[in-house]
Amino acid sequence: MNSTRRRFLQVAGLSVLGLGVKPACDAMAAEPKVSVGPEALVGKRWAMIVDQKKCIKEEEGCKKCVDACHLTHNVPTIPNAKDEVKWIWQTSLEHAFPGTQSPVLDGYVKESLKNRPLIVLCNHCDNPPCVRVCPVQATFRRPDGIVMMDYHRCIGCRFCMAACPYGARSLNWRDPRPFIKTETMNREYPTRTRGVVEKCTFCFERLSKGLKPACVEACKEKCLIFGDLEDPKSEVSEVLRKNPSIQRKPHLGTRPQVYYIL
Amino acid sequence: MYNAGKIIIGLIIFLGLVTAPFWYNKGKASPPPKLEVGTQEKQCVEPTPFMKSSHMQLLNEWRDEVVRNGKRVYTSSTGKTYEMSLQNTCTKCHAKKTQFCDRCHTYMDSAPKCWDCHIAPVEPTATGQQAARSDK
Amino acid sequence: MLEKALTGSKGYFLWVVILLILIGMGFQFYLRQLAYGLGITGMSRDVSWGLYIGQFTYLVGVAASAVMLVLPYYLHNYKVFGKITILGEFLAVASVTMCLTFIIVDLGQPSRAFNVLLYPTPNSVLFWDMIVLNGYLFLNILIGWTVLGVEKRGAPPPKWIKPFIYISIPWAISIHTVTAFLYAGLPGRGFWLTAIMAPRFLGSAFAAGPALLILFCLFLRKYTKFDAGLEAVRAMAKIVTYAMVASVFFVLCELFTVYYSQIPDHMYHFTYLFTGLHGHTALVPLWWICVALALLSLVLLVPPNTRNNPTTLAIGCAAVFFSLWMEKGIMLVIGGYIPSPLETITEYRPTIPEMGITLGVWALGFFILTVLYKVALFVREQEVGEASH
Repeated sequence: MNSTRRRFLQVAGLSVLGLGVKPACDAMAAEPKVSVGPEALVGKRWAMIVDQKKCIKEEEGCKKCVDACHLTHNVPTIPNAKDEVKWIWQTSLEHAFPGTQSPVLDGYVKESLKNRPLIVLCNHCDNPPCVRVCPVQATFRRPDGIVMMDYHRCIGCRFCMAACPYGARSLNWRDPRPFIKTETMNREYPTRTRGVVEKCTFCFERLSKGLKPACVEACKEKCLIFGDLEDPKSEVSEVLRKNPSIQRKPHLGTRPQVYYIL
Repeated sequence: MYNAGKIIIGLIIFLGLVTAPFWYNKGKASPPPKLEVGTQEKQCVEPTPFMKSSHMQLLNEWRDEVVRNGKRVYTSSTGKTYEMSLQNTCTKCHAKKTQFCDRCHTYMDSAPKCWDCHIAPVEPTATGQQAARSDK
Repeated sequence: MLEKALTGSKGYFLWVVILLILIGMGFQFYLRQLAYGLGITGMSRDVSWGLYIGQFTYLVGVAASAVMLVLPYYLHNYKVFGKITILGEFLAVASVTMCLTFIIVDLGQPSRAFNVLLYPTPNSVLFWDMIVLNGYLFLNILIGWTVLGVEKRGAPPPKWIKPFIYISIPWAISIHTVTAFLYAGLPGRGFWLTAIMAPRFLGSAFAAGPALLILFCLFLRKYTKFDAGLEAVRAMAKIVTYAMVASVFFVLCELFTVYYSQIPDHMYHFTYLFTGLHGHTALVPLWWICVALALLSLVLLVPPNTRNNPTTLAIGCAAVFFSLWMEKGIMLVIGGYIPSPLETITEYRPTIPEMGITLGVWALGFFILTVLYKVALFVREQEVGEASH
C-alpha cells in the first residue's frame, strides 16, 4: 500500500543519513594529525638574490652552489648533453638575459661582467606559466611562493618545459640512478625516476628543518641571499631596498623572484 | 545448438583455463610469508593491525601532506610524533626492505613503485652487493 | 558490419598485413622506449617536444577536415557531399585515434595518464585538449556508425543523430583551436606567441584534410566501384585551394610581423628555418622543400584547368598534404625550441626508434581507416547494387 511504502522509504532515507553521523563526528572531533615542524623556516614570499658583484670575486671555475645543490638532491650527472638534468647552473650574461645584449653594446658592457658566469635557476615566479599549463597540478605554487614539484603525480607531458620562459626544467630522459655516484648519494633525499620533470624547489625540505637552501649555504662569498620578501627586516628585503636589481625577462609578466645585482 | 561439439569442447577448455590457479596448486593454499620486522621496537608509527591493513593509505596521506601541503610532522594515535618520511622514518626500523616489504609484496604480486625514487636502505647481502639500485 | 572488413581482394589483404607488420614493429620500438625512457628519441632538454607531438599537431588538423564536408551538407543542404561525408567522418576517427596514440607514446609516465582525469585542471589547455579530442572521437564514431548502419538498411538517419551532427561542427573547430592554444599561450616561446596560431591551424586543417580525402576519392574511383562524383571532388578541390592560399598568406603575415618589427626573439626561429643560425642548419633543407611544395601546390591548384585535371589535382593535393605535414608536423614544433629561451641552440634529429614508433602509429591509423572504409564501401556498393535492380 502506498502509505506503507512511503513510510518505508522515509525511514530508509533517514537511516542512510544516520550512517553519516559517525564519520562526521569523527572528522570534527579529530585533532590535527599533521603539522609543520617546530624548527621550520616560515615565510610568506621566498625570494633569492644573486649578487654578481660578489660572485665575480670568487676564484675562476668556482661552482660550489651548483655542486652543493646537485649533490644534496641526487641530481644525476649525465654525460650526454641532450639528456642532461640540471637544477642550477652557470651561463653567460647574454644567455641569462637574452635580447639585452648586442654586438654594439658588448663593447660597452662593464668589463668585469664580461666572460664571467652567471647563476641561473628556477625563478619561482609569482605568476608561473608552468603552473598554469600543468594538466595534473604536478607543479603548483605554494602559498609561500615556492613553485613545487610533485614527482609522484607528474605524467611527463613536458608542457611545463615548453611553458617555462627560463629553461629551468629538466625531464629525466633516462633512469637517473646509474648516473648518481653511490658514494656521494644523499641517502636522506630521494632520486627521481625516468619520465618525470624536475627542477629547483628552493630546498623546501631544508626550509622545513630550519636550514637555508644548499646553494646559499655553500657559497663562500655569500653571493646568494635567501629570505622572505614580505618580512621588511629580512636580509633580502634590505639588500633589495639598497641595491638596484634586475630580473630575467620581466616583461613577460611572470614576476620572477630571483633578483640579480650586477 | 549449431556446432554443439565445437562449442562444448571450447567451453570446457575455457573453464579449465579460468580455474587453473586453483587446481594448479592442487588445492593447497600457499602460506603467507614470514616477515623480518628488522627492529626490536615493539611499536610502529601506528598499531600493527592498522599498519597491516592501511599502511598504503597512510603512506599516501604522508606523501600528500609532505609534498603538497608542506607539513612534515605526524602525530600518531599513540601520541608520539614522527617525521613523515618513508625513506628516513620507516626504514630507520624496517631497515631490511627485502626481508620485510618485499616478502609480502612479492607474495601478493603487488609492485609498488616507491623504490624507483626513494632510496632503499643498504642491505649487506651474501654477495656484498649494495641493494641501493632501483628494482628494474 | 565490421565483418565486411574480413573479406576482400588479395591486394587488400596484402595492404592489411603490411600495416599490421608496421604496427607490430612500432610496438616493439615502444616497448624499448618504455624500458629505456624517452631518451631513446632525439628529444633533449632544450627541444622537449619532437616528432610525436608534431605528428599529433598535424593530425588534429586532418581530423577536423571532416567538418568541411559535414558543414556544407548538413547546414547548407549541399547534396553533392552526401556520399562522402562518411569518408570524412571515418578519416576523423582514424586521425583522432592517431592523435591520442601519439600523445600516449610521448608521455614520460604513461601509466599515470589517468591522472589527467583524476585531477581535472581547467586552467590547463592540455586538460581541454583531452576533453575535445575524446569527445570528437566519440562523436565521429557515433555519427559515422549510426548513419552507415541505417543506410545499410536503406533508411534515413534517425532524428536523434541530428543534434550530434550539428554539435560536431563547432566541436571540430574546437579541436584544433584548443590544440593551437597549447602553443599560442606560452609567454616564453616567441615563435608560437601569435594570435593567428589558431587561424593558421584552421587554414592548414581545411587544406590538408580535404586534400587527403581527394586523394582517397581518386584512389577509390580507380580501384573500387566507389565514385564520389566529379562535382564533389571539384568542390573539395576548391576548398583545398582557398584554404591553402589562406595558409600561405598567414605564414607570410607572420614573416612580415617578425621581420619588420625585428624583435630578435621572434626573428631567430624563422631565420633558423630559412638559413640556419650560427652554422646550425639541420632543418633548412626540409623547410625549403616545404616552401617549394607549397608553391607547387598553388601553381597546380589555383588555375581551374590543372585543378580539374585528375593527374595534376592529385599531384597538387599530395603537395599540399606533404608541405603542411612538414610545416605543422615538424617545423612548427621544433622551430619553437630553437633557439632555446636562453638563446642557445640544440638541434634535433629523430632517432630510428622514434621514427619506428611514429611509423607504427601512422600504420595504426591507416589500419583503422582501411577497416572503416571497407565497411563503408560495402554499404555503398550494396546501395548501388540495389539501385540498379
